Amino acid sequence: MTQSVVVQVGQCGNQIGCCFWDLALREHAAVNQKGIYDEAISSFFRNVDTRVVGDGGSISKGKICSLKARAVLIDMEEGVVNEILQGPLRDVFDMNQLITDISGSGNNWAVGHKVFGSLYQDQLLEKLRKSAEHCDCLQCFFIIHSMGGGTGSGLGTFLLKMLEDEFPEVYRFVTSIYPSCEDDVITSPYNSILAMKELNEHADCVLPIDNQSLFDIISKIDLMVNSGKLGTTVKPKSLVTSSSGALKKCHKKPFDAMNNIVANLLLNLTSSARFEGSLNMDLNEISMNLVPFPQLHYLVSSLTPLYTLADVNIPPRRLDQMFSDAFSKDHQLLQADPKHSLYLACALMVRGNVQISDLRRNIERLKPSLQFVSWNQEGWKTSLCSIPPVGHSHSLLALANNTCVKPTFMELKERFMRLYKKKLLFSLVTLLDIPIPHVLEQAVHFVACTRHFFFQVFQ
Amino acid sequence: MSIVTVQLGQCGNQIGFEVFDALLRDSHSFQGLCSKRENEAYQTSCKERFFSEEESGVPIARAVLVDMEPKVINQTLSKAAQSGRWKYGQHACFCQKQGSGNNWAYGYSVHGPRHEESIMNLIQKEVEKCDSFSGFFIIMSMAGGTGSGLGAFVTQNLQDQYPNSLKMNQIIWPYGTGEVIVQNYNSVLTLSHLYRSSDALLVHENDAVHKICAKLMNIKQISFSDINQVLAHQLGSVFQPTYSAESSFHYRRNPLGDLMEHLVPHPEFKMLSVRNIPHMSEDSLAYSTFTWAGLLKHLRQMLISNAKMEEGIDWQVRPPLSGLPPLGKMSLSKDLHFNTSIANLVILRGKDVQSADVEGFKDPALYTSWLEPVHAFNVWKTQRAFSKYEKSAVLVSNSQFLVKPLDMIVKKAWNMFASKAYIHQYTKCGIEEEDFLDSFTLLEQVIASYCNL
Repeated sequence: MTQSVVVQVGQCGNQIGCCFWDLALREHAAVNQKGIYDEAISSFFRNVDTRVVGDGGSISKGKICSLKARAVLIDMEEGVVNEILQGPLRDVFDMNQLITDISGSGNNWAVGHKVFGSLYQDQLLEKLRKSAEHCDCLQCFFIIHSMGGGTGSGLGTFLLKMLEDEFPEVYRFVTSIYPSCEDDVITSPYNSILAMKELNEHADCVLPIDNQSLFDIISKIDLMVNSGKLGTTVKPKSLVTSSSGALKKCHKKPFDAMNNIVANLLLNLTSSARFEGSLNMDLNEISMNLVPFPQLHYLVSSLTPLYTLADVNIPPRRLDQMFSDAFSKDHQLLQADPKHSLYLACALMVRGNVQISDLRRNIERLKPSLQFVSWNQEGWKTSLCSIPPVGHSHSLLALANNTCVKPTFMELKERFMRLYKKKLLFSLVTLLDIPIPHVLEQAVHFVACTRHFFFQVFQ
Repeated sequence: MSIVTVQLGQCGNQIGFEVFDALLRDSHSFQGLCSKRENEAYQTSCKERFFSEEESGVPIARAVLVDMEPKVINQTLSKAAQSGRWKYGQHACFCQKQGSGNNWAYGYSVHGPRHEESIMNLIQKEVEKCDSFSGFFIIMSMAGGTGSGLGAFVTQNLQDQYPNSLKMNQIIWPYGTGEVIVQNYNSVLTLSHLYRSSDALLVHENDAVHKICAKLMNIKQISFSDINQVLAHQLGSVFQPTYSAESSFHYRRNPLGDLMEHLVPHPEFKMLSVRNIPHMSEDSLAYSTFTWAGLLKHLRQMLISNAKMEEGIDWQVRPPLSGLPPLGKMSLSKDLHFNTSIANLVILRGKDVQSADVEGFKDPALYTSWLEPVHAFNVWKTQRAFSKYEKSAVLVSNSQFLVKPLDMIVKKAWNMFASKAYIHQYTKCGIEEEDFLDSFTLLEQVIASYCNL
């Protein structure tokens, strides 16, 4: 089995990353009753004997001694990472796998990418190489960051190029948090567009997510929990946003629930690679099936069910409902409506007690209402994993390579153009001899190119 | 004579397990409605063919398990060991850490050459264990990366290394709607390569087997386990011991050779399919009785009308009147009505089997003109019943059954190829557009040949 390394960059990236590790531990604790270090756990964790001085000798078999996350934490200010290291998860992280600075990137892509990029290049390379050495067979880097800020956006994308050069055979999956319309960071359109160019050229697969969608999902769940329809309450552990059973008890931070959704996305994405099932889907199959042309690698994701009811007699219709929900606008993690746009490809990753006939029945049922591109009329990739997520009996992750990402990108470009036309805030970006018109125009050009490409492909 | 099975990829390994399990269960758990002596001879023959002995007495499957990632093989090995009745050889597996990613090119051009030596060595060891070696089963799917790509590579190697042994590929034809998005590419590449290096392709369609589970077995929530068990049943009913032609007291020594001889008279036509009857859930079986006349009538109509199972047969379809030329060449644009055969083999097992009348299958109107019906049709009859079925019949057919599915796959693959979608994934592993074009050409030729029967 293969291993993956999570690289969490910037405030957003690290906060989501922290939730991810918390939930990953919870999931493995629930599945692995005997406490033996097995291949499933090894995909994200190392088993380390902390009594040995220094790195801690790695133990490959036998009882779990001390688990260390295969993670590299990067932030150009200390606050978030320090908080993680003082929290309940401090033992899970390897002290040697951190890179922090004090001043932060000031929400400036150029600072993150150019200044800190060159400053920390060697250190970054060293930490990444170390984490790769700890792996028997490294398959994938998961990069988590936001697009609107400075560190996550700038340094995060600087990393991508580095990973491509240093580890060309290893997949680069990027989870990118795009800025919402009401984003209060003024430079976010600049940062996002500049980052987009890098994503386009150096990422294998991008999962765009935005805060507004996450927030809407939380509101929906809260409504359900609080409405308390007669006899139906929600099982506490079964919320996509819940941390119950995890190490972090305090749920007070506003973003925690939202971050848990993203964390669950990553867990479900990798479940079929880590756990057994009747139709496995490895990470390299995601890229193979969902990326028909190298640059069209943006996948809109949706997770269902968001919660499970505590009713004992859940009617079988619930299963079909799960499939229908996966295609509804409300369940997408991006402000997008795939059902009313064109699909290039779609993947359905099912977990739990669901069999091939259930899957086929639902595909047959939903197909007529969905539009697929002419050369991929049956563009479905499916997988069945036997192990359900914690608190659920089954779950579905849908990944869509769909033209519904266009509005998001176009809108970002519009916001960018509004700033650019008025030459606003140029000084921030001209800081470092970046030939502004050139770079920014390139980024704009890229967005236009993508649109043109879509258009061309569907003639 | 023994058969060595090579199981490739998730599908191949999952099915392989069910096949060995079904074979051993049939041979040891059922009395077979015959004399004790006969039953013992059956068991011995089955064992020799598919299993080897070990000191502890637990039969070991004559199989080599190959996969590019460990999860499925681990599961398969433990399931076999858990059954207690049989197991896989301790060192009969070849496994890597990272799978083929549904990429035929990766399975064929990267994994193949890289692991050629190790895999062929394992196969060699298994062949050496056989006192008398008949040939290979290669169980693989067409849709994925390892089964399809590495399977094609291994078959080619077997061709080179064992030119005098027979190879039959058990191919799993994927669901028409989505299992894998690039399944049509993978299927086209697999079939074209296998056509050049395999001796016979025995095709099992997921769609057909799924229907059997739904309609005949009445399974509500069908899992891959159910599907694989039906498949295993079909294979078992073909390859379990049958009497030889010469004498009713000896089991046929070389079923693989005999089958190929009967069914593959010309290398251009190697696609075989299986139809069996009856097939039902155990509960229903207790309340059903059959006559040979009834079973054979249904089976014959299934052959003629291209039906996949015994329900929903189109009884309107009739063979062309004898003496008249066939009703025009088969056209793919219209619904195929009459299924012309090159050769057929019917295997009957069970009570009063000698009384079964197969004259209906000898009708020259069913066949093309190049073989006399006496050569085109063969029947093997065995008293010993199979599994729980008092009477069972299976038809292995080289006919136009697979033309339509094949044509569909080629069309869809071509459609995708025309837009160049996903091609970069293949070219980066060394499979160029030319290779695709060659594959398309070969398959178009096969389709045309079958259509012109």
